[in-house]
Amino acid sequence: MVTYIIRRLIGALLMLVIVSMVTFSIFFVVPRMAGATSEDFANRYLGKAATAEMAAVAAEKLGFNDPVPVQYGRWIKGVFAGAEYDTGASVEQCPAPCFGYSFVKRQPVWPELIDRIPVTLSLAIGASVIWLLGGVATGVLSALKRGSFFDRAAMSVALAGVSLPIFFTGIVSLVVFSYGMGITAPGGAYTPFEENPAEWAYNLLLPWITLAFLYAASYARLTRAGMLETMGEDYIRTARAKGLPESTVITKHGLRAALTPIVTIFGLDLGLLLGGAVLTETTFSLKGIGDYAVQAIMTNDLPKIMGVTMVAALFVVMASLIVDLLYAVVDPRVRLG
Amino acid sequence: MSTPTSFLELRDLRIHFPTDDGLVKSVDGLSYKLERGKTLGIVGESGSGKSVTSLGILGLHKGTRAKISGEIWLDGEELVSASAEHVRRLRGKKMAMIFQDPLSAMHPFYTVGQQIVEAYRIHHKVSKKVARKHAIDMLGRVGIPQPERRVDSYPHEFSGGMRQRAMIAMALSCDPELLIADEPTTALDVTVQAQILDLMRDLQRDFNAALIIITHDLGVVAELSDDILVMYGGKCIEYGTAEDIFERPEHPYTWGLLGSMPRLDREPTERLMPIKGNPPSLINVPAGCAFHPRCAFEGRTGGKADTEVPALLESSGGHLVRCHMPPELRRDIWENEIKPNLESS
Repeated sequence: MVTYIIRRLIGALLMLVIVSMVTFSIFFVVPRMAGATSEDFANRYLGKAATAEMAAVAAEKLGFNDPVPVQYGRWIKGVFAGAEYDTGASVEQCPAPCFGYSFVKRQPVWPELIDRIPVTLSLAIGASVIWLLGGVATGVLSALKRGSFFDRAAMSVALAGVSLPIFFTGIVSLVVFSYGMGITAPGGAYTPFEENPAEWAYNLLLPWITLAFLYAASYARLTRAGMLETMGEDYIRTARAKGLPESTVITKHGLRAALTPIVTIFGLDLGLLLGGAVLTETTFSLKGIGDYAVQAIMTNDLPKIMGVTMVAALFVVMASLIVDLLYAVVDPRVRLG
Repeated sequence: MSTPTSFLELRDLRIHFPTDDGLVKSVDGLSYKLERGKTLGIVGESGSGKSVTSLGILGLHKGTRAKISGEIWLDGEELVSASAEHVRRLRGKKMAMIFQDPLSAMHPFYTVGQQIVEAYRIHHKVSKKVARKHAIDMLGRVGIPQPERRVDSYPHEFSGGMRQRAMIAMALSCDPELLIADEPTTALDVTVQAQILDLMRDLQRDFNAALIIITHDLGVVAELSDDILVMYGGKCIEYGTAEDIFERPEHPYTWGLLGSMPRLDREPTERLMPIKGNPPSLINVPAGCAFHPRCAFEGRTGGKADTEVPALLESSGGHLVRCHMPPELRRDIWENEIKPNLESS
């Protein structure tokens, strides 16, 4: 078990290194292939009034003329030790962890990103609880009553759920529940949990449900398929032969085994969402990481885009690490491998 | 409906499954009796209804689409008409089952100990600690070395033979009076098979349970059984003591089973005598005798083979045979045509 954990940790670290290299390449190597010069890079940091000479100086000072591995090393160093951006015209401080410095906004990327994490975290965690409970419960009932009216109805709704995009269900539910009936918040507001939990939940309720609907649908289908398969296993027959009540057979023996693949998907889905629920945040005007990414792309703010990419990657890698560890807890056979 | 005196008695049991293709008559009018401390071997090909019968006795068809009729009497209680809940309470305690493949029959996510403890605690209100102690005792009794350590192992950490021992320990944990073993040795190595059979014989004597062994392997039933029931197409076609079946079998299908059994005392040059053809469809059972399309002696039945279903009739003291040929003719064929071929040549 200990070697298993160590192996997974090393794997996760390696994955992060690879992701950072790929991300770095996309932003600093690929543009050069398309013909961008060091001065073009430096220009982004200088503003529209900069002359060619100023750009040349800045390119040299910012290190855009150095070999690519050196630039990559400097960028990584910034993450751990902080960095200084000297354009020749001014010197900007970027304390650790420095994921880049936005010259559009004249501030380091990290603090602003950190500010937005609670919003995305609240959205993702709340929604995931709803879709996990709702999806799994629906899937189990559907499997046990296969072919019944409930099964058909639930699976039709699930099909709608996976097919309809957030910006459709989100806007429809805003129109109906917020503006029509006035029972949910109109969107755009966020109250930190520690300030007022009731208001926090009230503001997030509709985004939670909208986002959860999308995921619950696929979880219901997944759970149904898994339950149908496990309930046909020999060990279910054994459990019945022992004289266990049917409810115990279903939960302790059937669901336990059917949940394993769900745990895997759940971890990855949650990790992805933590990197920004772009559509949901945009639809409901929530200032989360997804919204941050959208703003960064709209303003062509490269350091921000890179920073948000790295943070999103970090969440996914962490989530898959946790999934791997959970997997070993859930399924004892995994511990051997 | 009179209460029988036997410990277990099946009367005209029928288990039919409605499917889109038609009615599958898995078990079609099966009757037998079994006493405590005795062993009944049920032999037949795949799909002959052996396993369906035993799952029926355990009440595992209740709540499914299966149509069950007839009577199953266990220790003076009728189970076909009993409620599902009542039969569930008997399951595991009064009657238990050992399955064919112990790897797939045990839950992969729970330790062997947890699974035995669970089986014990359904029927006994004891603490987990007491149940665990009992589980360790049981593992020791079925010959698992270092049971106090192995109790915390998962099924996949056991060898095939050890797993089957653990399965037996689980089935015996509540001291059942009826034990049904469904192909208990089929998934095991030959060397391990003998050990498991020995173990089952010993345990049956200790527990004084009624034992039903379901198998397609005549060697296994020869080893353990007092009585043998040969099934074909959901019906009993021959029933008798082990001696009846092995020394004076009277049904052509039984002859075929004996002929297809590999034996050490046979010459290496000699070929096995397999039964031609395939087991019958349980939806469109052949008219008349279900075995007649495969029967080498069909021509000697006086033309009744494909028109009339033969009755299960007593041939001699307790030896029942379902065949159109007269008993004298059957004995004659066995003595003069089959037996010499089986024994030497």
